[in-house]
Amino acid sequence: MRARRVRRGIARILFWLLVAAIVLYTVFPFYWAVVSSLKTGGALFGTELVPRDPTLENYVGVFREQPFGRNILNSVIVSAAVVALSLFLAVTAAYAFGRVAFRGRTPLLLAILGVSMFPQVAVLSGMFELIRWLGLYNSLASLVLSYMIFTLPFTVWVLTTFMRELPAELEEAAMMDGAGPWTTLTRIFLPLMGPAMVTTGLLAFIAAWNEFLFALTFTLTNEMRTVPVAIALITGASAFELPWGRIMAASVVVTVPLIVLVLVFQRRIVSGLTAGAVKG
Amino acid sequence: MAGLASGLERQRRRAAWLFLAPMLGVLALVAGWPLLRTVYFSFTDATLYDIGGHGFVGLGNFRLLAADPNWWRAVWNTLFFAAVSVTLEVVLGTVIALTLNAQMRGRGLLRAAMLIPWAIPTVVSAQMWGWMLHDQFGVVNAVLLALGLVSEPVAFVAEPSLALWAVIAVDVWKTTPFVALLVLAALQVLPKELYEAAEVDGLGPVGAFFRITLPLIRPALMVAVIFRTLDALRVFDLMFVLTGNSRATASMSVYARQQLVDFQEVGYGSAASTFLFLIIAAVTAVAITAGRVRLDNR
Amino acid sequence: MRGIAALAVAALLGLGAPASGQTTIAIACGAVGVEYELCREGAEAWAARTGNRIRMVSTPGAGGQRLALYQQLLAARSPDMDVLQIDTVWPGILAMHLADLSDAMEPEALAAHFEAAVRNNTVEGRLVAMPWFTNAGLLYYRRDLLERHGRPVPETWEALEETARLIVRAERAAGHAGLQGYVFQGRAYEGLTVNALEWLDSHRAGRIVEPDGTISVNNPRAAAALGRAASWVGTIAPRGVLNYAEEEARGVFQSGNAVFMRNWPYAWPLVNAEDSPVRGRVGIAALPKGGPEGRHSGALGGEQLAVSRYSRHPEAAADLVRHLTGAAEQKRRAILGGFNPTIAALYRDPEVLAANPFMGELHEVFVGAVPRPSAVTGPRYNQVSAEFWETVHEIISGRSAPEPALRRLERTLERVSRGGRW
Repeated sequence: MRARRVRRGIARILFWLLVAAIVLYTVFPFYWAVVSSLKTGGALFGTELVPRDPTLENYVGVFREQPFGRNILNSVIVSAAVVALSLFLAVTAAYAFGRVAFRGRTPLLLAILGVSMFPQVAVLSGMFELIRWLGLYNSLASLVLSYMIFTLPFTVWVLTTFMRELPAELEEAAMMDGAGPWTTLTRIFLPLMGPAMVTTGLLAFIAAWNEFLFALTFTLTNEMRTVPVAIALITGASAFELPWGRIMAASVVVTVPLIVLVLVFQRRIVSGLTAGAVKG
Repeated sequence: MAGLASGLERQRRRAAWLFLAPMLGVLALVAGWPLLRTVYFSFTDATLYDIGGHGFVGLGNFRLLAADPNWWRAVWNTLFFAAVSVTLEVVLGTVIALTLNAQMRGRGLLRAAMLIPWAIPTVVSAQMWGWMLHDQFGVVNAVLLALGLVSEPVAFVAEPSLALWAVIAVDVWKTTPFVALLVLAALQVLPKELYEAAEVDGLGPVGAFFRITLPLIRPALMVAVIFRTLDALRVFDLMFVLTGNSRATASMSVYARQQLVDFQEVGYGSAASTFLFLIIAAVTAVAITAGRVRLDNR
Repeated sequence: MRGIAALAVAALLGLGAPASGQTTIAIACGAVGVEYELCREGAEAWAARTGNRIRMVSTPGAGGQRLALYQQLLAARSPDMDVLQIDTVWPGILAMHLADLSDAMEPEALAAHFEAAVRNNTVEGRLVAMPWFTNAGLLYYRRDLLERHGRPVPETWEALEETARLIVRAERAAGHAGLQGYVFQGRAYEGLTVNALEWLDSHRAGRIVEPDGTISVNNPRAAAALGRAASWVGTIAPRGVLNYAEEEARGVFQSGNAVFMRNWPYAWPLVNAEDSPVRGRVGIAALPKGGPEGRHSGALGGEQLAVSRYSRHPEAAADLVRHLTGAAEQKRRAILGGFNPTIAALYRDPEVLAANPFMGELHEVFVGAVPRPSAVTGPRYNQVSAEFWETVHEIISGRSAPEPALRRLERTLERVSRGGRW
């Protein structure tokens, strides 16, 4: 009995060591970004783990020299629109893929995956022509549309996988009650898809939030830029100087909304609701 | 009764296509032209400075590509990078997800902390790691020196033999949260009674994981693996920012970009992109078969 | 909340473009910081004088990204940019998209600019860009360390090696364990082409591809020059230099950990900044000669202004270029931003020299800066440069000996040039 308690104790210690290692690995670089953002000039080339005379100068500079607030708003608009649109399109498609047997389903799923197999730079020129042809150049709509190319395959696949795992009895019961496919999807399945929807939505949001190449090419003026481009545009007095403190300050600023987002959706990412519903 | 059922089935199938239509329409709109254009140009000698005046060269670009040792170097780099980084990410991501799934204090904060690496734009985080790994003023070397783990600074990204490993380390840091989050979502829908049964059967936590949890989360895990593999095989900005166009670490996408953009060879670069597509398709086919990913409902 | 929604809708519809009226000229020159401010002020002064308007197009500072963006826009014949700032090596690459400015510029105004810079921007008889500011590679040295050890500023690479070795040995013995001898740009990128071209040129080993199109890179002097550079890595230079770009090198030098550094003039105000550990202890000179028969060499850098062929207002755009590259504006930029003028007379201007003393001392370096072979290789320059820097990187990282590597490079360039015809 005692041996068992000792083993449990050791297991607990190992568990917490594991947690500590994970936190160190994931958080230290961000901590380093915060530290760097509080330094200026020559101190940036130093390695002290706590800045000697911290200053907020870099944060002030980021907002003073460019419409950074506007850039953040642009990113929020684009990412939110991308998430809303791709979740709507994907969840309806996932119902078809995951619940209904129809001919051509497998090739279609593979074709959707195939869209994700071209390197972004190869797609760029064609997409650029498309955007100009649609008259969306230098607008946020161009970004929402072009981001579908990488969010849709992913969201469709993930939601299909989760949709397939839901028990058939629920649907049969609904059909017995005379519910149509739309009602079945929105009333029965959607509430159960909580964690999957929030997770894919979050992943799609971050993917859109971080996208660089399309955002750089399809927008032209500072007012239309999104966050990653705005950060890449931060330059020093000349083309060679890298204003590291500024760049780090901007990165910290744009990471905070995402952390808040995760904390807000916390309960949804991990919800007991689904497990309970499946049980019952 | 049979007639009614088949009528319902027909109705469902019609609804299915109706449900699919918007997604397929949008995808065809955004992906159709760019992808067809790339495939088309891969059979031509188009250049960026004279994109209209191109001629057909048949499979000429692909023949040149197959004869270029630098291309095969890039293919090898990419496959090696993808295999190592995806394996590490899946193992680590699963461990993290299981940890976060445990009942403990402060796990809300922990979940948010875990997502940070994924939330920093790659353009920035790659550069940040470049500085952290710098041989003279990088914090990693400073810490290793202070702990006495190395006797002199290591040039992680400069040594051709170490550079690819440095890139892998950064990628694992960056994308493990993606896997962890998907696995976590899958863990949420697992019924609790299974574990109670496992307890009764005397399976330890490790046994319970391999006998019960893993088979149940496999579908979600495989989706994570497939999309991580697709991304890893197209990896670009990490290598580009950390080591430039250096051939020691260049991936297929870096190679394709150099041809398309720097050298303005639209035809040849498109051929490289198409070749890349074929390689990814082959790898994905293997992954889907080996991972027994279900594509139907049965 | 309504406001945000309205803003979102407007943004999605792409509204918010400036109202039309007078001619609006869109100019692409940097994004934020001093470079952007100076450009905006200059352009707005022109707009106020001529009654036109300007629109600033923001472009990323990193050369590769900016070039890619330009190529994308120009290949689509986009009229969204009228005037664009381009690098020294881009005229050949972008020439077919750029307007000929020879008729728009007065001959005497043109003659006032450095001849080499004007020649660099002339592609097949067309003047596709106007020189705006120039740049050249320089040697930064620690004046205090040289004085302490009684060494002169090195005239030749041999002297630099010897001085570096001596000072490093003495200083490390005295407790400064992290001191390095020489840092430069050794990453596999355009900067390595620039550094290696300086090594070649200082040994009188040619310029990779000569102005007449001959591929000259495979010669014994070039092999000797690159062999020497290879011997630095791991001795007077750290192994990490193989992945240094400009800022990594400056980081080492500015924190006091290198005796010598090769860099552009931009580093001068930074190493002398208020909080710089080496403030006031740094000198700059021309890069060393390759042996007694060699020459001081600095690679030509800098930026030009060009007018897009797809501009809807080519005359107004050319007039803006004339204004920005003129003597008065170049003088203002030299004084306020330290940008090296491309007009010879300004190097004798007392106000310019008071703000930037080294411009007078190093006048020769800027005038005689060696251009990369971008004019002769045209659209293929990037390919030539990439093959060259890869070869040099192989040599200095010790993966290949100079002679066989240069032989292979020569064969590759023959193929790229389609037998020297380019």
